[in-house]
Amino acid sequence: MSSRYAVSLESAAEEPAADLVGGKCAGLLALVGAGQPVPRAFAVTVDAFRALFTDPALRESVGAALAGLDPADLARTETVSSEIRRLVSGHPVPSEIEEDISAAYRALCAALGRPDAPVAVRSSATSEDLAQTSFAGQYDTCLWIQGAEAVLDAVRHCWSSLWTTRALTYRAAHGVSDEELGMAVCVQEMVDARTAGVAMTLNPVNGDRSKIVIEAGWGLGEPVLSGEVTPDHYLVDKVLLVPVRTVVGAKFHEMVPAPGGQGLLRRPVDDARRATPCLSTEEVVEIARVAKQAERSCGAPQEIEWALARGLPASSGLRLLQSRAETVWSRRSGPAAEVTAASGAAGIAKALTGM
Amino acid sequence: MAITSHGEFPSPFELPEPPGAEGWQRLYPYHLLFQPERREEDESAFWFCDSQHWPDVIKPFETIGVDFAVKCLGEYNTRYFLVPTSYGLERRIHHGYCYLSPVPVPADRVAERVPEFERRAGHYFGHWEHLLAHWKRKVLDTVRELEAVRFDPLPQTRSVEDIEAGAGPDASDALLTGYDRLIALCHRAWQHHFEFLNLGYAAYLDFFLACRRWFPDIPDLGVARVVQGVDMELFRPDEELKRLAKLALELGVESRLTPADPGVHTLEALAASGRPGRDWLDAWDAARDPWFNFTSGNGFYASDVYWRDDPSLPLGYIRDYVLRLLRGETIDRDLPGLVADRERITGEYRALLDPAERPAFDAKLRVARQAYPYVENHNFYIEHWTMGVFWRKARELSRLLRTAGFWPADGDMFHLTRDEVREALFDHVNAWASGGRPMGCDYWPPEVERRRRIMAALARRRPEPALGVPPPSITEPFTIMLWGIDEERIRSWLDGYSAHGALTGVPASPGTAEGPARVVHGAQDLSLVQEGEILVASVTAPSWAPVFGKVRAAVTDIGGVMSHAAIVCREYSLPAVTGTGGASTVIATGRRIRVDGTAGTVTVLD
Repeated sequence: MSSRYAVSLESAAEEPAADLVGGKCAGLLALVGAGQPVPRAFAVTVDAFRALFTDPALRESVGAALAGLDPADLARTETVSSEIRRLVSGHPVPSEIEEDISAAYRALCAALGRPDAPVAVRSSATSEDLAQTSFAGQYDTCLWIQGAEAVLDAVRHCWSSLWTTRALTYRAAHGVSDEELGMAVCVQEMVDARTAGVAMTLNPVNGDRSKIVIEAGWGLGEPVLSGEVTPDHYLVDKVLLVPVRTVVGAKFHEMVPAPGGQGLLRRPVDDARRATPCLSTEEVVEIARVAKQAERSCGAPQEIEWALARGLPASSGLRLLQSRAETVWSRRSGPAAEVTAASGAAGIAKALTGM
Repeated sequence: MAITSHGEFPSPFELPEPPGAEGWQRLYPYHLLFQPERREEDESAFWFCDSQHWPDVIKPFETIGVDFAVKCLGEYNTRYFLVPTSYGLERRIHHGYCYLSPVPVPADRVAERVPEFERRAGHYFGHWEHLLAHWKRKVLDTVRELEAVRFDPLPQTRSVEDIEAGAGPDASDALLTGYDRLIALCHRAWQHHFEFLNLGYAAYLDFFLACRRWFPDIPDLGVARVVQGVDMELFRPDEELKRLAKLALELGVESRLTPADPGVHTLEALAASGRPGRDWLDAWDAARDPWFNFTSGNGFYASDVYWRDDPSLPLGYIRDYVLRLLRGETIDRDLPGLVADRERITGEYRALLDPAERPAFDAKLRVARQAYPYVENHNFYIEHWTMGVFWRKARELSRLLRTAGFWPADGDMFHLTRDEVREALFDHVNAWASGGRPMGCDYWPPEVERRRRIMAALARRRPEPALGVPPPSITEPFTIMLWGIDEERIRSWLDGYSAHGALTGVPASPGTAEGPARVVHGAQDLSLVQEGEILVASVTAPSWAPVFGKVRAAVTDIGGVMSHAAIVCREYSLPAVTGTGGASTVIATGRRIRVDGTAGTVTVLD
């Protein structure tokens, strides 16, 4: 399945360029290429977005709305933001694009063996996820989207998130020109997660690269990513793949599919489950193992979103939803070790006395 | 982390003695006891039970190990190498068990010891192999001198030739000086023992502490697996058993080595069986000296049985190996696999370092790997070989005095302290000289009987893991390294056991296993261990290696990541949790347990 505007992400053999599918999709492709377990997905290419913007009427109205905007004026920026978002998401999509997206979605449903399969629709901006700018999470993600029409709406919603207030102010502050903007969109099989969260292939507290930090909450990873719950925290030794320390968080709520499979539901977690670790030792080790591989195949420390599919063991149920280069410690050296180079008796004397 | 619990361990002065053990204090020398004159000082100190070396009640004669080992350990730190931060250990016997308390160097004396330590220890590290070769010669000399000690019965009369030669000192003199020599050589053996040991641990510690800085929170196990050797002399006795088992199959004599109760008769039958049997016996004899100078215990107990003295032990292990070979199992350790694993782990940690740090990593690791094999191998030379000869000679003397009427059973001498034995020996030679009857023949039999009852009463109670007041923090590296005692361990002892039926300890060898527990209180229980069980013991000895081929995992009460159980389990790729504090008392044989050697937990399942 491949067309001008929708490209499968299931085979790295096709290798669409990162500037065509955006950073997020490129990261997923790298994982696919390394044989990592990622959900089925396709990318709505940047070309689709650009095709939309070939319409001079849309370009002019967006340009007019932005004219003379002072990003320091937050109230005004918000008004402009919602105006542009309305313009973009309401603009008619060329039928060729619409057909490509619908066809790709139908193919995805067929592959999953489920009509109207729920998907996650994620922004995959060309300037997002680059290692040098901590731009992750700037743009919108729509979860549990079902049906071709809803998918198209979600894609348009993602496009429009290029003009959220925070994106506008960020671009202004960092001098990113609107002319360079591009947005691909990732449409990914929705994983009904028993537990989900993030994994970092270094310890963000001190930059120690011999550790993997895993954070986990119940249900979908959304409450963990947005910081709405205090997740479980697992510190794992990367070389031995053994857990070093576990701190169980208070996971007050979780996001799960609504009964009947229509949409999502946020619900409280009862006291017992709140204090129960989301992951067994085996699951922690499996996530760490896969994260270590992802780091190796990407060649740099990674931040990974993962999910464990409900009803499956870690060995077959683990999915990596996205992976991006870690941007904070990657630019610095690791912990200041202050280890004396002396060895033998002199080294021992210094180690014992702390001198 | 400081210890936040308000808890204290029991005062040694307030714990009631076990029923029937009244008067136990008088069995031990005054300097080994908590004395009322020092109550205030001793009550406010922290004492941990060294059940790693003394898991069982210590008989009066066996205090020789407490005295000499702890004394020599301290001597090398305090007076020989001048370790900057650590003197030795105070030691006490309480209710028959050994308690230790580290003696720190006063803060204002640390700095002046540093240059001295660097000079002295530096000399050893700089000349390690040469000095170690010298050490081996010294140990072998000690073994030879011990072998030469004889406790021959006293003659009825001196010979006429002696009279005519004006021979002077008599056989009683030989007996008394022989005993003094036995004790002095034991003392010397323990001096040998610690000549390299503290430095071996220190070199390990230097690398360990550096790793802690490079990789905060690195598991102890990670460092251990980088440093630890794989092909050590300590494993040689077990390797010899495996070799003999394979040879039995090659020579076609395997059926003679699989009787239900192998023993001396097995060897006799082989000798009478013809050429292949005799060939096998030649190989057995070649292996026996020195490799079967190997104790079923740890060298500290008179009851230790040495393979050389009781062939049923090595023959039993050989039988198990033969049976496994016949079932088509592999009995060899995967040495290339262990080596590859070690190099992979080392390479991965090293690659994670900033390149500027790698020379320090390499240098410290080189010293640690050079020094570390001694930490294991000395065990064979001292605890097994030298102490094996020592206990054999001591048993000979005990038999001599039993024959003279001092006590009813062969090993009863060990109910006396070594100074009391010297008195009894003088009593014996005095009676020989006077022609009268030794006082000991009337005094000792009921006294030995009384002591036997006290020992049995003491043995019915397991020791408290610690006594006194825990320190605000434990920084003394040897205590942490050698005994696995850190603040977390103390807190878990104070908290007792968690409510979920789970015990926590040191994650000492990775992996998980489930199975029925087999609680082993000593080498005498080893033959009960069945295939697929999980070994639960207060502490294990290196010589238990052959049973590690049968069990699925091991759990101990005491010991850190460098304890014998931990090292052997890593060698045999079995999960292990050490330092649980009380697994061997809480878990009963037959209970199904789950051992998570990665997380350091033991869960009772039923």
